[in-house]
Amino acid sequence: MKWEVVIGLETHAQLSTASKIFSGASTAFGAAPNTQAAAVDIALPGVLPVLNRGAVERAIRFGLAVGATINRRSVFARKNYFYPDLPKGYQISQYEIPVVVGGTIVIATPQGDKTVRLTRAHLEEDAGKSLHEDFHGMTGIDLNRAGTPLLEIVSEPDLASSDEAVAYAKTLHALVQWIGICDGNMQEGSFRCDANVSVRPAGETKLGTRCEIKNLNSFRFMQAAIEYEIHRQVALIEDGGRVVQETRLFDPDRNETRSMRSKEDAQDYRYFPDPDLPPLVIGDEWIERVRAALPELPRAMQQRYAADYALPASDAATLTASRGLAAYFEEVLRALGGGAANAKLAANWIQGDVAAALNRAEIGIEQAPVPAAALARLLSRIVDQTISGKIAKDVFDAAWAGEHGGDPDAIIAAKGLTQISDEDALGRIVDDVLAANAAMVAEFKAGKEKAFNALVGQAMKATRGKANPAQVNAILRRRLGG
Amino acid sequence: MLTGTLAELAAALQAGRISSVELTQGLLARIAAHNPALNAFVTVDEEGALAAARAADAARAAGTAGPLTGLPIAHKDVLMTAGLTTSCGSRMLARFTAPYDAHVVAGLKDAGTVLVGKTNMDEFAMGSSNETSFFGPVRNPWQHDHVPGGSSGGSAAAVAARLVPGATGTDTGGSIRQPASFTGICGLKPTYGVCSRYGLVAFASSLDQAGPFARTAEDCALLLNAMAGHDPRDSTSLERPAEDYTRDLARPLAGLRVGLPAEYFGAGVDAEVAAAIEAAIAELRRLGATAVDVRLPNARLAVPVYYVLAPAEASSNLSRFDGVRYGHRAEKYSDLLDMYKKSRAEGFGDEVKRRILVGTYVLSHGYYDAYYLKAQQVRHLIADDFRRAYASCDVILGPTAPTAAFRLGAKSDDPVEMYLNDIFTVAANLAGAPAMSIPCGFTRAGLPIGLQLQGDYFSEARLLNVAHQFQQATDWHRRAPTLASEASPPAPQEVAP
Repeated sequence: MKWEVVIGLETHAQLSTASKIFSGASTAFGAAPNTQAAAVDIALPGVLPVLNRGAVERAIRFGLAVGATINRRSVFARKNYFYPDLPKGYQISQYEIPVVVGGTIVIATPQGDKTVRLTRAHLEEDAGKSLHEDFHGMTGIDLNRAGTPLLEIVSEPDLASSDEAVAYAKTLHALVQWIGICDGNMQEGSFRCDANVSVRPAGETKLGTRCEIKNLNSFRFMQAAIEYEIHRQVALIEDGGRVVQETRLFDPDRNETRSMRSKEDAQDYRYFPDPDLPPLVIGDEWIERVRAALPELPRAMQQRYAADYALPASDAATLTASRGLAAYFEEVLRALGGGAANAKLAANWIQGDVAAALNRAEIGIEQAPVPAAALARLLSRIVDQTISGKIAKDVFDAAWAGEHGGDPDAIIAAKGLTQISDEDALGRIVDDVLAANAAMVAEFKAGKEKAFNALVGQAMKATRGKANPAQVNAILRRRLGG
Repeated sequence: MLTGTLAELAAALQAGRISSVELTQGLLARIAAHNPALNAFVTVDEEGALAAARAADAARAAGTAGPLTGLPIAHKDVLMTAGLTTSCGSRMLARFTAPYDAHVVAGLKDAGTVLVGKTNMDEFAMGSSNETSFFGPVRNPWQHDHVPGGSSGGSAAAVAARLVPGATGTDTGGSIRQPASFTGICGLKPTYGVCSRYGLVAFASSLDQAGPFARTAEDCALLLNAMAGHDPRDSTSLERPAEDYTRDLARPLAGLRVGLPAEYFGAGVDAEVAAAIEAAIAELRRLGATAVDVRLPNARLAVPVYYVLAPAEASSNLSRFDGVRYGHRAEKYSDLLDMYKKSRAEGFGDEVKRRILVGTYVLSHGYYDAYYLKAQQVRHLIADDFRRAYASCDVILGPTAPTAAFRLGAKSDDPVEMYLNDIFTVAANLAGAPAMSIPCGFTRAGLPIGLQLQGDYFSEARLLNVAHQFQQATDWHRRAPTLASEASPPAPQEVAP
C-alpha cells in the first residue's frame, strides 16, 4: 500500500529580549544557576508579572513577516500543572486568543515552492531546568531560564515528508533570525521543534492518529526522528496494529522515538485567563511602527536578485540564507558598481571561496576577516585584469590570513602578483617555453591538442601564474602557426 | 492618650505632648497586656517598632514629619514586610520571612508610620470568622466568645481594642468590611486597582484589594493617602493622578442621594441589625440626604458567583506553595509526587483545601463552561446592576453583614452558612467598586453593628465624606470595648438575650 505522510510542526523560538517576559531578570545564557532569577521568576509570594513589551513587539514583527493577522486584543492564560521547575505551578501562555493568527511560510521543494500555512503564534514563558546530575539522588532546580520569552509558532499539518518538515524548520529558523527576534541558537535551546506526525493511505482524506515527537533540537535529529516515526507507524498499521495518540521522545543515541506519555495520561491544564494580566491590546499605530521598521524579507530579496541581476534561483536563495550574508553580497556589489556580470562574479566568490573559508574557520559572515569592502577591491582587480582569477584566490587567502593588513592591493604589490600583460615580455616567455619543451611542441604538431594546454601551463608556471592567460594563448597560437 | 485616633495622636505628636517612642512603648505594653486574650497579633516587632519610632521622632525634630509620621500601625499578615515573618495565617508559611515590602507596606513606611506587628487572619484570607488561622482564632474584643469576623480579624480586633490606632487589611469578598462591622470600627475596600497588589499574597487576584482599618473615616482617609497610587509592578494597578482622600470630609450631605436596594433589607437580616440600619438612614436624612429606591436584581447571585471565581483563582494562586523553594516541606516523602501531597496536606488547613478542591473542580475540563465561564458572565451582570443604580443615587446603603458577630464555632462546621455571611459584601469585589463599613449601633447583647456604604468606581472620597459626616453626628465609633485586665484569663462573657 502507498502511504501519505502528514506533519505539522510546533516551534518554540526564544525571543531575543534582554530581560524576561514578565520580570526584569536577564535572559543571557550560561550564568551560574539561579543567578538570573528575580522574585517573579522564583514565584515568591505576592509577586506579580509585568509584560515585557519587547516580547510583544517581536511577536508583531513575526506576524507581519509571515503575513498573519495581529490580534488587536489577545489574552494571557494560566496553564496549571505541578513540576519543580515550574515555580508558580502554572505557565503563563496564550490559549484561546493568541497574538498572531494565520500567515504562511514558503519552502523550496524539488517540485518547486510550497506554501505552508501557519495556525497561530503565541507568547509564553519558558520553565526552568531540573538538574538530575551531581546531586546524589536529589534534583537540583535552576530557574535562570524560567520566564524566558518564547514565541510558539504552530503550523498546519501541511508538510508531507521529513524533507519538507526540515525545509520548513530551516526556513523558519532563518526567518526568525532575519527579522531579529531570535538568535536561532539550537544548542542553547533558542529554537526547538516538536513534530506531529501521522500517516494515512494515499488518497484518504481523513487524518490518521498522530504522535507528537518532542524536543527536536537539530535539523538532523528532526529528519531522523520523523523518518523513524513514519516507518514505525506504517509498520504498525501494516501489521494490523493501531497508532495510539501519544507523546514520544526522540533518542538520538539509539536513533528512535519512544513513548513518553499517552493521551490517557494527558493532564487537565485547567486553562483560565490570568487575572494578573489585563488583555494585551495592540493598537494599529504600534503595528504600523513595527511594519515600517521591518527589513526587506528574504523572499522579496530573492525575487529582486533574479529580476535585477539575472541570478539563478539557487544563487539568490544561498545569498539570502541570512541577513548578514545578503548584506555582505549587496555591499560587495555596490562597491563593484552593480550590474549582472559583477553580481554573478560576487555571487560565485561568496558562495565559493568565502563560504569555504567561513566553514573552515567555523565563523559567520559577520566575523569574516575579509570584509565586503576588501573582497570588492579584490574582485575589481580581476575585473580590471590586474590579476587573474587564479591569482585572486591566493590574494584572498593572504587577505584572510591578515597579511598586509588584509588589503588586496597591498598584497598584490608586495608579492608582485600583478598580471603580466606586456606583449613583448610575454612573447619572450613563450619563446623560452617553446625552446625548453621541444617534445611537447612535437606532440602538438602531431595533432595532440592537449600538448597546447601543457605549453600554456608551462608559460603560466614560468610566471608563477601572473601571465595573462588569454594573451599567452594568443601568442602561442601565433608561434605554433595554429 | 494612647487610645486616641490617628488624627488625635498625630496632633499630640505634632504638639509635642507625646513622642513616637512613648506612644509606641505604650501601645506595645497594651499589646503585651491584651494580646494573649485576643490573639490579634501573630508577630510583634518591638525592636523594629522602637527603631522606627526613634527615626520618626528624629524626622519630626528635623521638621520633615508628615501627617502619619510616628503613628504606630499593624499589617495583616498577608502583606509582605521585609525581614518579618509573613505567614498568611498558615502553617505553610509559618516560618517564612518576607524578603521585600508590599507596595502598601512601603507606602505606609515612607509616610513614617511605625510598624508594631503583623496581625492574625484566616488562613490565606479564606474565612469570615478568623477561625481558620493556623495560629488559632482571634477573639472579638467586645465579647471574647464571639468571632471578630474575617479574614482580617486580627487587624480589626487590634484596632477595636485600641492596641493600634490603624491597621491594614485585605478584602476579597468582605474581609475588611465584615470584621470592621463585627468589631465596631471603620474599614474601607478601595476600587480594584487603587492599591497595588504587589506584595499582597494572592487569594483571588481579580478580587483582592488592600485597604485601611481605623476608628474614624478621617483616619481611613489618612491611611489610604499613603496606600494608594500607581505601581508599575502590578499590571492591574490603575494609572491615575494621586488623590487626597481627606478632601471631601467636611462636605455637607445636603443633596446626597442614598440608594436603598430592597435586596439588602429582606428576610435573613437580623431584626436588630435592620433597626440600626434604619436609624442610620434616618440620621443621614436629618443631615440632608434623600433616600432613593434602587434595584440590584442579581444581588442574590453574588455569593454563588463569588464562591466559583474566588476558589478558581485561589486553586491556581496557591500552586506555588509546593514545598520546593520555600514554605513547609514534609519531613519524609518517597518521591516528588509524595512530597507535593504531604507538604500541601500538612501545610494547608481544611478551608484552604476545600477551596482548592472547589476551584480545581470548576476549572476542570468539561466543567469550565458551566461554572467558571457562567460565573464570569453573571459577574458582568452584577457590575451592570451597580452601574444602573448609580445613575439615580450617589451611594448605596445597607447592612455590612446580616447579623452581628456570631459565637466562636457557631458556623465553623457549615461552610455554606459561613459563606452566606458574605452576602452583602462580595458584590463590591465582583464589580471592583469601593465600599466601606462604619459602626452604626449595637445589639442589645452589646455587639457592634456595621453600616455598609458602597459607591461607584473611584468614589472613595465621597464614601469617606458620608461616613465622616455621619460620625460627626453620632458617637458609635467612640465606644470602646472593656478589655479584660492583664491578669484575668479570657473569660467568656455570658450575654443576656
